[in-house]
Amino acid sequence: MLDFPLWKRIMLWAITLVFAVAALPSIASLTGMNLPSFLDDQPEINLGLDLAGGSHILLEADPSQVAEQRLESTEESVRDLMANAEPRINIGDVSTLNNRLSFMLEDPSDIDRAREELRDVLNGSGLVAEWRLDVVDGNRMILTQTEQGLDEAVEGAMESATEVVRRRIDALGTREPTIIRQGDTRIVVQVPGLEDPQALKDLLGQTANLEFKLVDANALPSDVAQGIANPGSEIVPYAEDSDFAGGFEAVRRLGGIRGDRLTGAQQGFDPQTNEPVVNIQFDPQGGARFAQLSTQNVGKRFAIILDDHVISAPNFNEPILGGSAQISGGFSVETANSLAIQLRSGALPVDLTVIEERTVGPDLGRDSIIKGGIAMAVGSLLVILLMIASYGRFGVYATVALVLNVLMILGIMALINSTLTLPGIAGFVLTVGAAVDANVLINARIREERNRGRRVIAAVENGYKEASRAIYDANITNFIAGALLLGFGSGPVRGFAIVLIIGLITTVFTSVFLTRMWVASWLRAKRPTELIV
Amino acid sequence: MRLLKLVPDDTNIKFLKYRIPFYVVSILLIIASWGLVLTQGLNFGVDFAGGQEVRVTFEDRETAPISELRQQLGTLGYGEPTIQRFGDANSVSIRVQLPEGTEDQPGAANAIGEEVVSEIQSEFENVRRDANETVSGKVAGEFRERSVWALLGAMLAISLYIWVRFEWQFGVGALFALFHDVSLTLGMFALFQLEFSLQIIAAILAIIGYSLNDTIVVYDRIRENLKKYRKMPLPELLDLSVNETLARTVMTSLTLLVALLPLLLFGPASLFGLVAAITLGIFVGTYSSVYMAAPILIWLGVTSDSFVPQETVADRQERKARGEI
Repeated sequence: MLDFPLWKRIMLWAITLVFAVAALPSIASLTGMNLPSFLDDQPEINLGLDLAGGSHILLEADPSQVAEQRLESTEESVRDLMANAEPRINIGDVSTLNNRLSFMLEDPSDIDRAREELRDVLNGSGLVAEWRLDVVDGNRMILTQTEQGLDEAVEGAMESATEVVRRRIDALGTREPTIIRQGDTRIVVQVPGLEDPQALKDLLGQTANLEFKLVDANALPSDVAQGIANPGSEIVPYAEDSDFAGGFEAVRRLGGIRGDRLTGAQQGFDPQTNEPVVNIQFDPQGGARFAQLSTQNVGKRFAIILDDHVISAPNFNEPILGGSAQISGGFSVETANSLAIQLRSGALPVDLTVIEERTVGPDLGRDSIIKGGIAMAVGSLLVILLMIASYGRFGVYATVALVLNVLMILGIMALINSTLTLPGIAGFVLTVGAAVDANVLINARIREERNRGRRVIAAVENGYKEASRAIYDANITNFIAGALLLGFGSGPVRGFAIVLIIGLITTVFTSVFLTRMWVASWLRAKRPTELIV
Repeated sequence: MRLLKLVPDDTNIKFLKYRIPFYVVSILLIIASWGLVLTQGLNFGVDFAGGQEVRVTFEDRETAPISELRQQLGTLGYGEPTIQRFGDANSVSIRVQLPEGTEDQPGAANAIGEEVVSEIQSEFENVRRDANETVSGKVAGEFRERSVWALLGAMLAISLYIWVRFEWQFGVGALFALFHDVSLTLGMFALFQLEFSLQIIAAILAIIGYSLNDTIVVYDRIRENLKKYRKMPLPELLDLSVNETLARTVMTSLTLLVALLPLLLFGPASLFGLVAAITLGIFVGTYSSVYMAAPILIWLGVTSDSFVPQETVADRQERKARGEI
C-alpha cells in the first residue's frame, strides 16, 4: 500500500484540484471576494429559492376541461359540416353528454355521406384516430373521444399554456424565471427575488378569454334576474370588481368576436373620466369583423366578457373602423395593467389552478445563509479540534481531507449546475460530521492493530485494508437512502439528497484515497518506528 | 504528545448480558410509538395536511402579538390556527389547515392563504412577510404517498443489500434495527406533537443511513470475528465485536453531534425540525446498532459456518500468514 507511483499521485491531485478549484467561483460570489479573471465565467452553484428568496408556484390544469372544450368545438364543426354539405344533411337531437357527441340523421339514407363528411374530424390532423364513430339504430351517430386523441389535445393545450405563462411572466420583467412542464398536466414556475407573489398568481390564475357579444335587447329584466334566457341567448354574470357586480346580462350566443385576434393591449386612461382602461388593437381580420359588427349594430349595446364574466356593456355609439377599442369597467391601474399583459400574452387554453406555492422573502433567505454558514463553520471547527486531539498527525490528515471534501462537493455541484437549498446546508453539516467516520474507522483500526503488536507499516496497511470494507458498505447503503430521497422527495428536500449523495462519493475519495497517499508519503520519508495514533 | 482517548483500548463491557430486558423494553417502545402514532396522530404540517403556513415578522414590535392574532384569525372560520414563535421573538409562523371537504378542490388552499395574509396585513402595521407556503389537498396527498414509498423503499433496498453482502440473518437484523429507529422517531413526533413535514422525511432517511453506518461497522466486525474465532460462543463473540468497535462508535457519534449542535442551537429556524430529528436519531440509531441489530443474530442462528463457504484462497493464505491455522 505504500506504493504510490508518480502517475497515481498526479492523478489523485489532479482530480482533487479540478473539483476544488471549481468551487472557488461559487465561494467568491457568496462572500464577495475577487477572483483571478480566468475563473470569472466558470459555472456557479445556484442558490435555491429558500436561500435566495423567491416564489415557487405549481400550476395544474384540469384535463376534463380540455375534453369539454374539444366536445364543444367538435359539435360546432359537425353542425357546420352537415349544414354546408351539398345537399344539406339535416340532423337533430344533438347532445354532448358523458364526453360523447351524439346526433340523429333525419334521413337515414344520408349515412354514407355523413360518414364521408366526418372523416377529417375523426382523424384530426395527427396520426392517431381522435374520435371513434359508432352508428346505432341505423341513423344515430355517436362520436366518442379516443384516449390518444384526448392525450394529444391535453398535450397541445399544456404546451401552449406553458408558452402563455412564459409570455406573461416575461411581461412582468422579473429576472431569470424558470418555467417547466411537470408531468402531464402541471407547470412549475420559479421566480427568484419576487416581493409580491400575489401579483404573479393573479396574473397566472386568469384564463383571459376575452369575448365581445351583443346584448340581447329583447330579454326582459325580470327574466334575466331569474337566469332565464331567450332561445339563442345566454345569461352572463357581471365580474366582481365591475361597476355592476352582482348583476347579470343576457347576450346573444353566436355572432360575437373572440379576443384572440389582438396585436396589442396597453393600460391607459380614459380621456374624459380619467379612469384606468385597457386599449386593445385587433389584427386586420379581427379589426374588419369588429368594424362590421359595430357598423351593423350602431346604437345597440354589446357586452365585453372576460372569462365568462361581463366587465362592461357599452353602446356602439358609432362604427369603430380603426381596428382598436377601449375596455373600461371598474379597473384599478394594477388590474388594468395585469389584464393588458394577459391579453397581449394570449388566453390560456385551459384554466390553471395554483396547487402549491412556496415563497421566501429575500431577508429570510439571507438570514438563513448567514446563520447556516456560521453554524457550519463552528461545527467544522469542533470536528477538526476533536479529530486532531484524538488522532494527532492522522487527525491533521483527516482535517485537510475534510476541507478538500467540502470544496469538492461545492465544485461538483457547480459543475453539474445543481442548486443549494437550506436543507442542503444541513446536508453539508451532516456530511462534515460523517466524513470523518471513515478516518475514525481507519485510525481506530490502526490503533488496534498496533496494540496487537504489529509493526508500524503493517498496522497502517491492515488498518486501511480492514476498515475499507465497512466504509464501502456503509457508503453504498447511505447512497441507496439518498437516491430514494432524490427520487421521491420534492423541492428543497432534494437539495439535501444531492449534497448527501455527492458527499458520499467525495468522502470515500478524500478520506480513504487522499489520506492514504499522504500517510504513505510520510511513512516512506520518515520510516517511523513508533506511531502516535 | 498525549492523544485524547475517549474510550480505553481494551473495554470488556457485557453489552449483551441484558439483551432480553433491553429487547423487551425496545419492543414495548416500538409498540408504544405506533400506539401514539395511531391514537394521537402526527402533527402534519402543510406539506402533508394541505393548507397554508405563513411566516411574518412584526417589524415595529418586540414580541409578536400571538394571542391577538389567534383570536383574529379564529374568526375567519377555518378553525383554530396554529401560531408559534419562529426564530426571533417578533416572528411567528401561522398555520391554517385546509377545512374538511376541500381536499379535492385544488384552489382551496390558495384562496385561504390569500385571505389569511390580507387579514393580517389589514389589521397590523409594518408586517414583513418572510415566507409563505400553500399546499393543496391533492399535492399533500401525493407527498404523503411518496414519503411512505421513500421510507419503505429505503428500508427494503438497504436490507436487501446487506443480505447480499452478508447473510440473510444480517439483512433481517438491519431491517429490524431500521424499523426500530423509524418507529421511535415517529413515536417521538406523535408524543410531542412536533410538526411533521417533508423535511422530517429527509431527516428519517438520514437517520436510516447513519444508523445503518453503525450497524454495518458492527456487522463487519462480527463477520470478521466469526471467521477468526470459530469456537467462540456467539454471545461472547458479539460482545467482543461491539467492544472492539466501541471507540469508533463513540467517536463518530460525537463528531456528528458536535457538527450538528451549532446548527441546532443557532442555525436558521427553518432547519430546526430537520436537525432536531437527526440529532435524536443519532442516539436512537447508535443504540439500535448495538442492542437491536446484534442480539437478533443469536436468535436467528448465525454461526461461523455461515461464512465458511465464502472463504477464498486469499483469505486462507492471509490467516495462515497470521498464524491462525
